[in-house]
Amino acid sequence: MKPQACVNIHKEWDIVGARQLGREMAKDLGFGTVDQARIATAVSELARNIYLYAEQGQICFEIIDTIERRGLCMIAVDSGPGIADISQVMQDGFTTSGGLGAGLPGVKRLMDEFDIRSEVGEGTKIKATKWIR
Amino acid sequence: MDELIKLHAATYKELLKNYMNTQDERALYGVEKVSKAFIKENILPEEIVNLHIDAMEEVSTNLNKDYKHSMNFLLEAMISYGLAMQEIQMLREEKHVLESEISVAASMQETLLGTTKPSIEGLDIGVISVPAHQMNGDYHHFIKGTDGSLGIAIADVIGKGIPAALCMSMIKYAMDSYPEESMSPKSILKNLNRVVERNVDPSMFITMCYAQYIPSEQKLRYSSAGHEPGYYYCAKNDTFKEIKAKGLVLGVSPDTEYKEYELIIEKNDMIILLTDGVTECRDGERFIESQEILSIIRKYAYLPAQEMVDNVYKHFERLQDFQLRDDFTLLILRKKV
Repeated sequence: MKPQACVNIHKEWDIVGARQLGREMAKDLGFGTVDQARIATAVSELARNIYLYAEQGQICFEIIDTIERRGLCMIAVDSGPGIADISQVMQDGFTTSGGLGAGLPGVKRLMDEFDIRSEVGEGTKIKATKWIR
Repeated sequence: MDELIKLHAATYKELLKNYMNTQDERALYGVEKVSKAFIKENILPEEIVNLHIDAMEEVSTNLNKDYKHSMNFLLEAMISYGLAMQEIQMLREEKHVLESEISVAASMQETLLGTTKPSIEGLDIGVISVPAHQMNGDYHHFIKGTDGSLGIAIADVIGKGIPAALCMSMIKYAMDSYPEESMSPKSILKNLNRVVERNVDPSMFITMCYAQYIPSEQKLRYSSAGHEPGYYYCAKNDTFKEIKAKGLVLGVSPDTEYKEYELIIEKNDMIILLTDGVTECRDGERFIESQEILSIIRKYAYLPAQEMVDNVYKHFERLQDFQLRDDFTLLILRKKV
């Protein structure tokens, strides 16, 4: 598993670039239309979090291709303020989106695997993977 | 789930084909049913749009490019709806868990605070206490003394729901710990006041009335801690009179003393004790007048006390469109001989 492509996020326009890259990689890997759209939305959500709260960060995509399964993994890294209470942000209805289903719980739903690490004052790293069904 | 999608997808395709040819209402009714099945299986909107795209590819051979692009656009627009739907589903499940926890707490409360209506020679007693939500912030309790007297406590926490209910458990256990003899209404309130003052958040207030009926003297002794006790019905004059009693609500100051009052009760007289869930019943936006309560009580006065309170409750439940705004407790004592 090695990094295949990364997008830097520091202005809103970069979110679109990250979506596009994520979607194209998903399409090439053979994801269906619905999953492509879900992956793009997850990328969007992660990229927007970086843009809104950390100002600067990066989203990298990795193709996972083993004998058992194939999928797309995205890693969002920022050096922003970090999240003090992860359980809280992972709660439904908590997000600043005002319960529109988005936020990190939304990313978790859109993807198959989700992992988050965060240190206050250091930054946040989120890893999310979707498998081809 | 995938199997189910396939099954419904086949039906959807069939109905769509049918509709394209005939624009028949039956096909529309059919898709209404399929749509309900989708909701039941938590099929997300983007999956339905995708299903539609696939179905159209099969049904029609001359789909143009613009149409195809537009459908992909629509699919994209549905993703966030799908997420919101899943979130709502999750919140609904959480709500369900909370509700069943509360209902366990409510039945526990019923057991904890349960009091049995005593039967006392020459006295007809009726009582009803209904919470506005699942848990009751009103409290009433009967204590039958060995000397033949009957103690009646009626209390109301300002506020309702779970915090109010928790408060009431404390009152009940404090009262249980008092030796039953030698406890006059004023000393019971004085003791409870100290318990409440020490243990309850200052933002919570409890109003309470404690009354003691002494059959041998035909007398009711009572004290009140900020609780409007209720009414006294004098059979001889056929009149209702407000029972007046002064006293500070429980928990405000540690050294409050309470005054004790007395009332002589004669044959067919009634004592009506209640909480503000009764006096503050509302008819639309309007609070009811105390005269209205009394006229309803009078209307059912020919019945035994329990049937009286039940009927009065039913009347006000109906008046408020079956949605109580506050916990409702009504207690009636009638001297039969």
